Amino acid sequence: MTDPTDQSTSKSTSADPVANGQSTPRRPKSKGRKGSHAGELNFGDAWDYAPAPESVKVEIAPSYGHFINGKFTKPGKTFATINPATEETLSMVSEGSARDVNKAVAAAREALPKWAKLKPTERAKYLFRIARRIQERAREIAILETKDGGKPIKESRDVDIPLVAHHFFYNAGWADKLEYAFPNRDPRPVGVCAQIIPWNFPLLMAAWKIAPALACGNTVVLKPAETTPLTALRLAEIFEEIDLPPGVVNIVTGAGDTGKALAEHKDIDKIAFTGSTGVGKMLAKTASKRGIKMTLELGGKSPNIIFEDASIDQAVEGIIQGIYFNQGHVCCAGSRLYVQESVVDEVIEKLTIRLKTLRLGDPMDKNTDIGAINSKEQLKTINQYLKIGDDEGASRITPSDKPLPKKGFWCNPCFFTGVQQSHTIAREEIFGPVLAVQTFRTPDEALTRANNTPYGLAAGIWTDKGSKIFNTAAKLQCGIVWCNTYNKFDPASPFGGFKESGFGREGGLQGLRPYVKL
Amino acid sequence: MEHSPVPRHLRYNDRMKSITVDRVMADQRAAAFTKRSIKTSAKESGLRLALSMVDLTTLEGKDSPEKVRSLCRKAILPDANDPTLPHVAAVCVYPELVPTAFEVLEGSGVRIASVATGFPSGQYPLDIRLSDVRNAVESGADEIDMVISRGSFLAGDRGKVFDEIASIKDACGEAHLKVILETGELETYDLVREASDLAIAAGADFIKTSTGKIAPAATMGVTLVMLEAVRDHFIKTGKHIGVKPAGGIKTSKQALHYLVMVKETVGDDWLTPDLFRFGASSLTNDILMQLARRRTGRYMAGHDFSEA
Repeated sequence: MTDPTDQSTSKSTSADPVANGQSTPRRPKSKGRKGSHAGELNFGDAWDYAPAPESVKVEIAPSYGHFINGKFTKPGKTFATINPATEETLSMVSEGSARDVNKAVAAAREALPKWAKLKPTERAKYLFRIARRIQERAREIAILETKDGGKPIKESRDVDIPLVAHHFFYNAGWADKLEYAFPNRDPRPVGVCAQIIPWNFPLLMAAWKIAPALACGNTVVLKPAETTPLTALRLAEIFEEIDLPPGVVNIVTGAGDTGKALAEHKDIDKIAFTGSTGVGKMLAKTASKRGIKMTLELGGKSPNIIFEDASIDQAVEGIIQGIYFNQGHVCCAGSRLYVQESVVDEVIEKLTIRLKTLRLGDPMDKNTDIGAINSKEQLKTINQYLKIGDDEGASRITPSDKPLPKKGFWCNPCFFTGVQQSHTIAREEIFGPVLAVQTFRTPDEALTRANNTPYGLAAGIWTDKGSKIFNTAAKLQCGIVWCNTYNKFDPASPFGGFKESGFGREGGLQGLRPYVKL
Repeated sequence: MEHSPVPRHLRYNDRMKSITVDRVMADQRAAAFTKRSIKTSAKESGLRLALSMVDLTTLEGKDSPEKVRSLCRKAILPDANDPTLPHVAAVCVYPELVPTAFEVLEGSGVRIASVATGFPSGQYPLDIRLSDVRNAVESGADEIDMVISRGSFLAGDRGKVFDEIASIKDACGEAHLKVILETGELETYDLVREASDLAIAAGADFIKTSTGKIAPAATMGVTLVMLEAVRDHFIKTGKHIGVKPAGGIKTSKQALHYLVMVKETVGDDWLTPDLFRFGASSLTNDILMQLARRRTGRYMAGHDFSEA
């Protein structure tokens, strides 16, 4: 596997690793392995898969109000939520005003004493009911998630919605065991929690926030993202169905202004936010003025490090999972790839082959791997970054030559080679199916460059050697390290960031901490 | 092997860096292929393709000439009610029964495969295994399914296994050589990958998972690892090597999953019986049943089809 004509690896290992740090000029990777491409694989359309659309119809009301105090309000001033794959309007959703937010917070405040004092086993029962009802309605919710957000039905069906149910189940289990989670500490609810969530995993983010809050006896006002409010509203229907006491969870839809009104509301006790670092910083200012509790789960530019002794085919699979899952709309996406120089040609060759087999198109088709970009704005952002990458001198490789659908928002999965650590595409979060590939020679160099970022959310390590996994993982400055895998989620496992990727943990025992006073 | 018939430059190099395979991720990838939804026209064409890739197999001590003749008829005309269906790729029998198969299959386009080399254990001296091969080829076998000496391989004597495969390839003459790795006995994916690379380097035309006598036989994960070996060899040399999962593939649905894996791992070139086979017996009737359902709109019973 090692290129016999490439002597650079052995030379560099004997060099001073510090001198080999981030300032090492990158040798242009122009000379390919001669004669190594004797066979060209053919991923054509022999035996093409027939369309396999998810055919179940899901009811969507023409317009929705907010869910406040256990009831849906009459739709007020509304805005459209569209299907990003077709640009069709799915429904009209209310834009939460300061008054709506007031009402929601007041309802949550009113519901708080009773809910907080409810026997913990009773709170658990509600959570179990929610979880079961989500499972029963999983297909419907998955379809709704895909229509509203553009992600492939395969992912909402197999990843998002099962995890949503799992989070409610998991936290239901904690509700009556909090004193064991925090032994000798007398855990009490924090109070009214304002929760603002993003559009990349709409219902999953709602579950991450609502489930531990309720388990710990808090009440909630949740604001879903403006482009993906439908599943949160469907969750509200489930709350109605299972007779969750009025006011325990309130859902106010709207855009940035609604979120701002909620975050600045005087009667909230805690803010939990998942989204961009820019907004997170603003919210931190707001919260700091009033000394309320806060957790932030923000952006990332997570490194995925492939050592030369890794199982390359599986590592390539990990790259795919890391950056092209959910069109790259993942805060912990492995958007910076660091490959040990001796295997970079092989990795790039295999990545290119693998990208050719990804199927981009109708998110409702069960065979679609890459769905639509969530919104026109996000597509614009991604395209800007693609241009910046080109302009700054990196080479963009887009292996698929298939045309994009005419309607909707689409971006072909691609990656950049010849990327420098100082390039914008290696430093800023793109939130799209765009990967920046860099090489390294020594483990130290990989670590230095992996940590050379304002972010610190996640990282991936690929090696066949156990000791290397532990050595590297211990020195990476980030909240999550995946070893020989990527983007694995479990409700029992805490998730959260270092540095500008935020603070506080969600999931696991640690995920309860932000929702209790001790 | 003191007097290897294999030229030195072709011998297995023990220092060849072996490629590691991470089982968790490989299995995860293999499972992803089963999530593909193959419906309507794709299902029909996929099943026809799968049928044309079947090595209709009987490998039992009690195999009779009568049973083999019946199997051969089935191979030529899988379903008398649907003459548009392709014949299967080959009939696979013990060397003793190759002459019987030859009588029925000559000129039919269905190839004759024979297990040889001391099937299924391979625990015989090389000269006996070589004469086993020559005998099968002389009786009319187009393809030889050999077993590797897992004993030597697991003991670390890779060079010996390499030389054996190379000499058997030599003994095959014109006949195609399928090398059975018996992955159920190799256990780890690392070894499956190494055995695949070794067999390919030694001259295999096909690599095959299992004898069918050891559990587990073919799995999606193992076949994926072998397809990756074949793919890497192709990229390097431009040469196509075939892959044959055998044992345990019983349903149409499974067969379609395998075809999806082939299509998305090695590409369209391999969607042909020349490069991909199913070693199976009960699979055939399940495919016929599914195809008949598409043709007639009704589900058939097992007894509507002749036994294979």
